[in-house]
Amino acid sequence: MNLAVNFPALLVTVPLIFVPVIPLLGLINRKICWYAAVLAITASFAMIMTILAKVSTEGPISYHLGNWAPPIGIEYRIDMLNAFVLAVISFISLVSLLFGKELVEKEVPEYKHPAFYSVFILFVVGMTGMTVTGDLFNVYVFLEITSLSGYALIATSKKRYAPMASFNYLVIGTLAATFIVLGIGYLYMVTGTLNMADLAERIKPLNGSSVVLTAYALILMGILIKMAVFPLHLWLPDAYTYSPSAVSAAMAATSTKVGAYVLIRLMFSVFDIEYHVGSVPITGIIIFFASLSIVMGSVIAIAQTNIKKMLAYSSVGQIGYILLAAAMVNAEALTGGVMHIFSHALMKGGLFFVVGLIVYNIGSERISDFAGIGRRMPFTAAAFTIFSLSIIGIPLTVGFVSKWYLVLGAISSGHWYAIGVILLSSLLTAIYFGKVIFVMYFKGGHDDHGHAPAAKLSEPMGMVIPMAFVAFLCIYFGIFATFPVELAAKAAEAVLGGVTWK
Amino acid sequence: MKNDVILRTVARCMVPFILLFAFYVQAHGEISPGGGFQAGVIFASAFILIALAVGKEKAREKFKQKISDFTCSLGLMIYAGIGFITILFGGLFLEYGKLPFGSAEKGNHLGMIGIELGVGIAVASVMVTIFFEIARKEDD
Amino acid sequence: MIDFIAAKYNYLICVCLMMIGFYAVIAKQNLMKKIIGLSIFQTSVFLFYISMAKVTDGTAPIVWEGAVRYDNPLPHVLILTAIVVSVSTTAVAIALMINIYKAYGTIEDSKIREIEAGESGGSVSR
Repeated sequence: MNLAVNFPALLVTVPLIFVPVIPLLGLINRKICWYAAVLAITASFAMIMTILAKVSTEGPISYHLGNWAPPIGIEYRIDMLNAFVLAVISFISLVSLLFGKELVEKEVPEYKHPAFYSVFILFVVGMTGMTVTGDLFNVYVFLEITSLSGYALIATSKKRYAPMASFNYLVIGTLAATFIVLGIGYLYMVTGTLNMADLAERIKPLNGSSVVLTAYALILMGILIKMAVFPLHLWLPDAYTYSPSAVSAAMAATSTKVGAYVLIRLMFSVFDIEYHVGSVPITGIIIFFASLSIVMGSVIAIAQTNIKKMLAYSSVGQIGYILLAAAMVNAEALTGGVMHIFSHALMKGGLFFVVGLIVYNIGSERISDFAGIGRRMPFTAAAFTIFSLSIIGIPLTVGFVSKWYLVLGAISSGHWYAIGVILLSSLLTAIYFGKVIFVMYFKGGHDDHGHAPAAKLSEPMGMVIPMAFVAFLCIYFGIFATFPVELAAKAAEAVLGGVTWK
Repeated sequence: MKNDVILRTVARCMVPFILLFAFYVQAHGEISPGGGFQAGVIFASAFILIALAVGKEKAREKFKQKISDFTCSLGLMIYAGIGFITILFGGLFLEYGKLPFGSAEKGNHLGMIGIELGVGIAVASVMVTIFFEIARKEDD
Repeated sequence: MIDFIAAKYNYLICVCLMMIGFYAVIAKQNLMKKIIGLSIFQTSVFLFYISMAKVTDGTAPIVWEGAVRYDNPLPHVLILTAIVVSVSTTAVAIALMINIYKAYGTIEDSKIREIEAGESGGSVSR
């Protein structure tokens, strides 16, 4: 019996076994549900870290479920890219669970807690499963597990519009997933296989086949909806705005990134990156939509008066960076993109938590009501400032590192206008975050008659410590960026090395 | 509808046969079409028929929420449990051949029956839960 | 043309069903009708998979004497999984719809928008 060999399967199934157990524990005592959830995610995180260490030294791992060799059996294949994304997902889920305890207690009715934690674990299981698997149909099944638990999580909010936001997401999300499964069907029709590695081999002689192109288009369409790239983003702002803050944080930080991972995997490892539609290369189309998403997301974010909606539109812009990095097809850009998966998860997760705490204290989501927060909640406002600076891309923060590599990649592949887009978007990001920071520090605090500023608001230690920790990581990895960048570079190398491209 | 004599009588006659068919489909899952998913749904349909005939409150008394929650968890635990047991006996996840039944062939056979049983229990209780939750009256 | 239709009619039906479902999802205001449209949309893809599993002269994929060819059982299994997903989606959608009805007293999309717009001064969503 060698347990470590089975980690690729166990990192999905061990948390999965907690999904039915947590509601049963909830019948005994609602308090222990949270501890059980933390235990489940910690176990998964520990296994992922072991795998990450192993993959970075020994190369890709292939695990055959039930010892059925691929392409007949289902294969879990982990190379540097999966391992990196898995580590990010698992780490952020763990932090949001630790961070989110108090927020969940405030925002979710108490009798729903066992179900909430159970579904939350299922959400994480779905994402890890989607990342770890090497089988295309498995991707669809895990995608639906993630989405369905996501809909349920959004609807746990006490807000009146929450079920409606969730319903709209469900309709669009199901359409997207159905497009993906249709595309997979086309691929299966012409190749007779679902295993990604095998598929890549069998697709090569079919270069330019219209069936493969149709399949690519359908799958691309589905994933772009799931990633909320600009014209297809309509579900995202409502979903993030009306869900409990802990859920918005976890979803914003992870679920769209997994979509990005699947896209990168398919673009580089399964399909040929050089596909053309007529004379237009597919990467050119993707770069166009990525740029559109970056600019439009930021422009719409400036116009928002609701803080959570502003952050949601900012997510639409930020996901564009990852897409842009993938479509530029070179090592630096892809390093930047993979790095941005990590840094954006850190920053956006942190921002949603900070905002969740502020919103809970002042009972309003309007930016104009944030006046005086800088004095009333000093730690929280400081954390908000650090995360915002990082998202803008100020040097010495983690956001700068990923943008730096993106620009390097754009230079070396000659996409000059992409540099313009990145710089313009940084400026726009500075405008909308600057607005909030200005309101927090320099407005209000005392009324027109010069009375003393309003009393301080509570900042529970259980939330300040994880918040400070994430903010610290944002700066730490901005200064000592070698460790994550090396991992990201290895991931980019692993992906680019797998296919022939010029 | 609730006290309709015809409906109740027909339901009473049908239920044993539906349950029997469910068990048949369940038992033949590993060598012919059938298995846990289908059997679970058929099994649940018997309960839903009872609920339609005698009223859902009465039916719910026979299959309380706590019990259905438990069986739902139990089904999943059987499935994952068999997976873990195969790991304990030195195989990969869900490698039935490594189960301690003498030969790999026997292990495959019995392992699959176990898995189907887990799926069947889980699906049946989930279907029943979905029905009762959606049919439930205003907030209670 | 006729030959083409006769040979591929199940794929054509699949496309038609897909568009019917898609139309219902986009154009209908009633949430229940949207759910029905969504189900039709998903079912069309199931039909697509099952059609492609058919092998000429193939029989049900069970080993029996006298069988020449078997249909491909893999798409059937995939669709079994997809049906389970579809049922779960429908169940979640209906549960959400019940919650929407409890909150607003209606399941008409346009009316819910009106109620929301009336409450927060016209700046709900979009």
